[in-house]
Order: sequence, then C-alpha cells, then structure tokens
Amino acid sequence: MVHQFKNNGYDIVLDVNSGAIHVVDDVTFDVIALFESHTEEEIVSALSDRYDPAEIAEAIGEVTALRDNEELFTEDVYEHHITDFKKRPTVVKALCLHIAHDCNLACKYCFAEEGEYHGRRALMDYETGRRALDFLIENSGNRKNLEVDFFGGEPLMNFDVVRRLVAYGREQEKKRDKHFRFTQTANGVLVDEAVMEFANREMDNVVLSIDGRREVHDRMRPFRKGQGSYDLIVPKFLKLADSRGQERYYVRGTFTHYNTDFSADVLHLADLGFRQISVEPVVAQPTDDYAITEEDLPVLFDEYDRLAANMVKREREGNAFHFFHFMIDLEGGPCVYKRLSGCGSGTEYLAVTPWGDLYPCHQFVGNEDFLMGNVWDGVVKESLRDEFKCCNVYAKEKCRDCFARFYCSGGCAANSYNFHGSITDAYDIGCELQRKRVECAIMIKAAEAELSGIAGAEIVEEEGNNDEEK
Amino acid sequence: MKHVKTLNTKKLQSTVKKGGCGECQTSCQSACKTSCTVGNQRCENR
Repeated sequence: MVHQFKNNGYDIVLDVNSGAIHVVDDVTFDVIALFESHTEEEIVSALSDRYDPAEIAEAIGEVTALRDNEELFTEDVYEHHITDFKKRPTVVKALCLHIAHDCNLACKYCFAEEGEYHGRRALMDYETGRRALDFLIENSGNRKNLEVDFFGGEPLMNFDVVRRLVAYGREQEKKRDKHFRFTQTANGVLVDEAVMEFANREMDNVVLSIDGRREVHDRMRPFRKGQGSYDLIVPKFLKLADSRGQERYYVRGTFTHYNTDFSADVLHLADLGFRQISVEPVVAQPTDDYAITEEDLPVLFDEYDRLAANMVKREREGNAFHFFHFMIDLEGGPCVYKRLSGCGSGTEYLAVTPWGDLYPCHQFVGNEDFLMGNVWDGVVKESLRDEFKCCNVYAKEKCRDCFARFYCSGGCAANSYNFHGSITDAYDIGCELQRKRVECAIMIKAAEAELSGIAGAEIVEEEGNNDEEK
Repeated sequence: MKHVKTLNTKKLQSTVKKGGCGECQTSCQSACKTSCTVGNQRCENR
C-alpha cells in the first residue's frame, strides 16, 4: 500500500508496509500514482504533455529500483507474525494508578467527571498502592522496565501516598531486578517547591495540564466555584519545566469545538517558554456542546498544517519546540510488533482504582462491564483480557486500508467502544485527525532533511501563517 | 537518486526478526491519555 500526499510544498510518498518515506519531485509523484496499473509506455504517454519523456523514463527507473529494493509497493507480510506474538504469555508492564478519585478543579470535559469516574470520591491508601506495585512485579515476567503513572483526578491531592509508593518501588527494584519508570499528571494547583524537588528526583516524565491561551484554559478548566486556574498554574509550570532543564515533561492541553483555532494555543504555550507540548482533541459524545464535529474537521486540518509549517519556520530560526503528536522517529521507532499490537490496554497496561480494582485502562474505569479483577486476586475475568489481546490492526476492518495503521496501531479501544460499542471498531473523527497528524509529522521530517536537488522541496509559507496569536 | 530522497534507512520488515522485546514505553504513559500514539515511541532495543 502506498500513500501519496502533498504538504507545504513537498511531494511525499509513504510506503506503508516498509515504513519507507520518499520525498520526490512532481514527475516521480505522478509516475508512482500510475506505476502499478500501467505499462511504462502508458505512463510516458499519459504524462508526456506535462513532462519531458526522458525525465519520465528516468523517474520510472528510480521507482523501479525502489520497488526492487523493497522500499515501495511492498506487501503486508506481518499478519501471521502478530498471531504468533499474541500467543506469548501475557505480562503486565504498566499500571495507571488512580491515586486520587478527587480533584480540586472542575474541568468541563473531564472523562473522569471531576475525578469521580462515575463513582465515589476516594484516595488510594498506601497498602492498596503497595499491593498494586507487588502485583505489577509479580506479573511482569522477564520485563525489566515497569511503568507506573500516578493519575487522577488530581494525584497531588494524595501526594504523601505517591511519595511512599515511589520509595517502596525504589526499594523493590533493587531486590527484584526491575526498573520503575514513574510518571505523574498534575493540574498545577498544588505544585510547590517540595513537589518540584520530588518530581525532578523521581519522575521520568510529568504531564502538566494546561490548554493554552488564558481564555481557552479558563473556560474549560475552572475551579469548582467557576474561577479560572490559568494565572495560578502558569508560573508554577514554567518554573517546573525550567527546573527539569526543559526535558522529560509535557504541558498537555485539550482542544474542543470552542477552540478549533488550537494552533494559537500551541504557539501560545511555546511563546510562554515551554518546549515540550502536547495539545490533543477532546473526545466527547456528540451531545456534548464542546464535542468536535465532522464540520470542524476541515478547520482542524488547516490548523495542523499551519502549526506544522510554523514549527518548521521556528526550527530554522533556532526557536524549535516539540509537539507530541508530530513526533516521529524514522530510524529508531517501534518495531512492527509494537505497531501492530497497539497500546496494550487490558493486557500489559492496566488501570487500578483507589480501592484496587483492575480495568483495561483509565478510560474504562467506572464501567463495571470492564472490571477485570483486583490487585489481590489478579485478573479474574480472563475472557476480557483475551478479547483485548486479540484487539490489533488486523482485527479492525477500518484499519486494513488505512495508511496510518502502523502509526496509531489501531487507535484507542475506549474511544472505539464509546462510539460504536466495540473495541475493534474505530472512532472516526479521531482517525481523520490522526491521519492528518501523520502527514504533518512526515512533512516536518522532509523539511528537516537535506533536500537539495529535489524539485518542489521548498517551504511554502501559507497565507496567514505567522507567529502572532489570533 | 535524482528524483527521490528517501528519509529513512530502516525498513519495518527488518524489525520482524529482533523486535517484540516489549521494553518500550506504553503509549498512554507518555503524554496522551486520550489518543493512542504508538508510532512515536522510542525503541529500547536498537
């Protein structure tokens, strides 16, 4: 399968099954579109009104070489490998610890419903958390790197337990030859010097929740009495980001139907001084007033293009920042098994409630149909685990013809379930946005590469594309 | 090549043999908690 697209002045060809990405000139771009279904003579004839026949023949030669070198028009040969891979014993390597089902903000789009997850307010006690870490170690097989994310609600409402659990984990990793990677989310309200010192010492990554411009942030992320939280959190987040050397953190925002011009929010965060930025589309039911709609998609596509072009410009000016959804590692990215099997929810990744129940992931918490067991008895609903184990790109009809399937790996099971009642479907708006992001990410790589001699490979500044806030 | 610049040298097919160690980060433990983003995770077994 081959995907061809033009973005920001670049002609790009993605060979889906090999992952090869080619930046080409116009003649080659047009040759590739005809290559599989036409003879050489037919291609020359079809394109000779636009290009010199000698150039066409040369392009055909190069396309043929790419094909022969298995970098173009490659077959999908992975399906039987994933079957074997899934036969391996299931291990657990990552837990999302819901350390606090409570929150000091009342964010309007919160899938945790202000921290309560359709249930009661609760904080995880130390004993339950400790048992969760033991459960993880006991079920991790020969995996060395174990991940524990302190999530909520607002994790810092239970900071003392977080500290004690990290201490316990550090103690255990020496005894049991494991390595814990702790991460945490914070809304900023309770961040202080002690939290920063602890996070910088112990946390592999911290995710700092902020949506962007003050009015955008304060509309969706108010305190319970309605007051905005932007002014309180921004100075703290800036200090924390600097204290970590501007690494191993993300400021993480959500955009909604109310700020479809979200590139302005991303650039606002960059202009504030943040260098690691993730701003993601809200996932909401169509009945929610802030939900992203089909009609929003063309606007959002333009926004991603605008953002990508602006990032290229800033990179060239020495003012670069990272945008999580545009990050793509062309040399050291994940292996094909990872790309096919997806996020690991319900198998190697589980969520733990404050009272020790296990769910396939944080998004399923509160839906009793997905209760898998608990940290004392382990996974008791094995049929559910098996269902998630079989959830991969080959189990999803919508993924079969999608060029982005090896980048999103089938997408989010929870989103699929929430929109279609099945974990093997796909959340269609999310897919549309994912495909656009993959194209933008590849375009940025094309711009970063040395492209001298490739026709058309020059940055074209789009109208209205500038650093100014809207 | 005159008409083509290939951006990556590693083919996905080559990861079939030595891939699958499972040590890399779970995608939802990175920055996102709502959108599955696997393609940008770093391989731990290069």
